[in-house]
Amino acid sequence: MNRTAGQPTGQPGNGRGGSGGSGGSGNRPGRDDSPDRLYTLTGGRSRSAPDSPFDLVTLVVAESDPAPGMQSEHAAILRLTERPMAVVEVAAMLRLPVGITRVLLSDLLAAGRVSARHPRRTAVTDPDILEQVLVGLRNL
Amino acid sequence: MDSATSDPAAAGDPAPRPPLRASADNGLKIVVVGGFGAGKTTLVRSVSEIRPLSTEETMTRAGEALDDVSAVRDKNATTVAFDFGRITLDAHNVLYLFGAPGQERFWFLWERLFAGALGAVVLVDTRRLDDSWYAIDRLEQHGTPFVVARNDFGGPDFAPGAIREALDLDPDVPLVNCDARTRSSSKRVLIALVEHAKHRYRNSRPGPRSYDGQVPVRQEELPL
Repeated sequence: MNRTAGQPTGQPGNGRGGSGGSGGSGNRPGRDDSPDRLYTLTGGRSRSAPDSPFDLVTLVVAESDPAPGMQSEHAAILRLTERPMAVVEVAAMLRLPVGITRVLLSDLLAAGRVSARHPRRTAVTDPDILEQVLVGLRNL
Repeated sequence: MDSATSDPAAAGDPAPRPPLRASADNGLKIVVVGGFGAGKTTLVRSVSEIRPLSTEETMTRAGEALDDVSAVRDKNATTVAFDFGRITLDAHNVLYLFGAPGQERFWFLWERLFAGALGAVVLVDTRRLDDSWYAIDRLEQHGTPFVVARNDFGGPDFAPGAIREALDLDPDVPLVNCDARTRSSSKRVLIALVEHAKHRYRNSRPGPRSYDGQVPVRQEELPL
């Protein structure tokens, strides 16, 4: 059984500890961030919401420009989302874990600074949407 | 290769990746599952319009996405990393492809991360077919549409029937050959998956968890 290589490491807490076997791609977002830094980023809040509205592929769009004095991550998100960008892509660009990114996005959503275009849940079983996906793939 | 490209400080810089169209409003997901080295990221890269990116999610042992930083300190948190790419399908639909290791101990995390996916591609290496058993079991149990794609590594050239038998594949599940390095080949795999999903849902209108008369299997309870 050599299935452990390259698996995500399940290091709780301090992300530095024992990351020697983490697959070699390095620079994982958040991996080198201490929980304390992440805690500071989110103002120590707990969850963004019991049911975070942000799916990995929810598309986020800025509704305003960055304002002076704004937290730098919030400003960065507003710059990234001048055109729609999925939550997962925002997280990767910021090099932050998706959960932390969701908290930051929830702040901006609550302040009306971004809007969220959620995936249509029924789309995955809707033959019309599936046909649109097929057309798009065939045109690649 | 460094898969993340910028510092947080530089995140607003012009990025060498096409932005989505302003009209984009529906994100869709396909998950590429496979054992270590099966070629998941290779497949994603070959069809993605952006260089694959990597990110991570922190989950509780119960499989909930964790937005609570304080709990990261606690032993119930697990971090999972995944790669993804994207394909703009049309003015509205954008397809995200996620590469996920199919190993048993992380499966419960993927199930929640990728809820609502169109389907899955199980990428297999014929030298390590057993790496895929668990993923196939779980996809079947959940009723997630999937195809099996045999990535041609120059490994043993088993007949399709032998691969089906080794994987105990349902006859309805498509088995396709691919070269994950090639865009056209990876594209064919995705088309095979979506055609399969479309066929499946046309034939069984009830939700994805109750097709083929199969009794949905309850997610096993994980000890907290």
